[in-house]
Amino acid sequence: MKVGLVCPYAWDIPGGVRSHVSDLAMALQDRGHEVSVLAPAMEPSRLPSWVSDGGRPLAIRYNGSVARLSFGVKATQRVRTWIRDGDFDVVHVHEPVAPSLSLLTLWAARGPLVATWHSSKDRSRILAAGYVIAQTAMEKVRGRIAVSEEARRTLVGHLGGDAILIPNGVRVQDFVGTERLATIATDRPTALFLGRMDEPRKGLDVAIHAWSDVQPADAHLYVAGPGDVAEQEALVPEALRSRVTFLGMLSDDDKARALRSVDLYLAPQTGGESFGIVLVEAMSAGTAILASDLLAFRHVLEEGRSGMLFTTRDAADLAAKATMLLRDEGMRNELISAGHDRVRSFDWDHVVADVIAVYDSVHTPGERVTEDLRGQIVGRLSRSGDSS
Amino acid sequence: MSGWWIALIVVVVIALIMFGVYLSSTAGRLDHLHKRIDISRLSLDVHLLRRSAVTLEIASSGFLDPATSMLLAEAAHEARLSTDGDEVTRSQAESDLSEALRAVLEPSDVAEIQCGVGGEEMLAELAAACQRVSLSRRFHNDAVRACRELREQALVRAFRLAGHTPWPLMVEMDDAAPEFDA
Repeated sequence: MKVGLVCPYAWDIPGGVRSHVSDLAMALQDRGHEVSVLAPAMEPSRLPSWVSDGGRPLAIRYNGSVARLSFGVKATQRVRTWIRDGDFDVVHVHEPVAPSLSLLTLWAARGPLVATWHSSKDRSRILAAGYVIAQTAMEKVRGRIAVSEEARRTLVGHLGGDAILIPNGVRVQDFVGTERLATIATDRPTALFLGRMDEPRKGLDVAIHAWSDVQPADAHLYVAGPGDVAEQEALVPEALRSRVTFLGMLSDDDKARALRSVDLYLAPQTGGESFGIVLVEAMSAGTAILASDLLAFRHVLEEGRSGMLFTTRDAADLAAKATMLLRDEGMRNELISAGHDRVRSFDWDHVVADVIAVYDSVHTPGERVTEDLRGQIVGRLSRSGDSS
Repeated sequence: MSGWWIALIVVVVIALIMFGVYLSSTAGRLDHLHKRIDISRLSLDVHLLRRSAVTLEIASSGFLDPATSMLLAEAAHEARLSTDGDEVTRSQAESDLSEALRAVLEPSDVAEIQCGVGGEEMLAELAAACQRVSLSRRFHNDAVRACRELREQALVRAFRLAGHTPWPLMVEMDDAAPEFDA
């Protein structure tokens, strides 16, 4: 099958949607499908051969952070050329509400179209308005996918109807291994926090607040992720400094090594998590998990079967449960082995089969994705601009 | 004629043109949706046919006992014959096939089929067909719902934008797949 994937955010900037698209593309290629990705790019010369340049993105404040998006007449032209040249059996766009290439693709194409919703942010009024404007484009989507129950609820709330739930995939293989991170101590109980240090919803302050009550008294907390290390170190109480180490930002490989090196992975997030992919990564690495009881985390951890849960924001509960887990290796091993089974359903190898089933369900034999020029003045204009 | 009159006429003409553009774009949307429904229905039919075909293949493979084989073959046969019938007959026959598959494919039977030459592939094909039936039915009903919502709007009804296209129907059937690890 010839599949076109569209990523609305810049290919050069790390991000959840972008890695989802790239992992999906590779998993589809592993199964022998031909894949072309369309994405905005800052440095087109550094794109892999299967990624098409969707134009230089503009940095725009969108969705609470700076996003790099492509839009306008030029972007529309690129989308049209890509659709014409691609001759795809199915085109699969990601995050179609973002004002970028995905939305433009839905607008400019017709045929077997699939869309995946990632975000679960509730921006109801803006979104409701956006959906009315983009309705004609949205109505062309034949198969809707949501990556989490929360993303699904957001989508159904705004658009009505139905969506298939297919969770994010994880490249489980990337996290399996035996190599450790040398900077992490082996002579005492250890725990790891991953994520932006200065973003309150990641809950680092909850973990640090709890840590003085965690036993045994030499239990060590490692903190890794983007953010200003010196600034964060200053927030740690004097008495606790010898028990907390900041590792700074880690590469993907070092992240996997760090997860394998510690006894416990801490996920004290206080909200805003739509999926919790990092929990799946920790399970893949074979690390026991203690996580806040957010809806998304409870789902990934099967209500506590494959990872322990504590009451969100409750430092005392976190301390008590971390102590229990750090003292009891048998209990940790039980969680690790449950996590090992749990992780299989999130493996890309498994996930991609469900995505292909969706492609098959919207595609009738011999059908192709073609340009849609019906009733679109701007579309016709940009087309005539093409040929000139 | 005074300037006021000319201004009024211009405004009315512009309003009429905008109204016309709105009506025509809504008619376009409706047309897209009707086509999407036709295609999703076609896709559902393709996967239903695949499902009955592979069921027949399993029934005639000789991996299962004669009684079970007969039951499966009959259900699959009925499902295929029903493509000539009306919607109610069809959904009934396809639901019966789903039920037969669930009743028959117990772990011991599945193991039996898996032992046979090509049995593994047949089961994988059946599982794939069942999954696609249920997905394409959900997608079809979703398209029908979107179309109905638009057709219920007052303007769409008043101007008969849907023309003579029949009221779209959802496909209601039992498509729960048998549970086995293919």
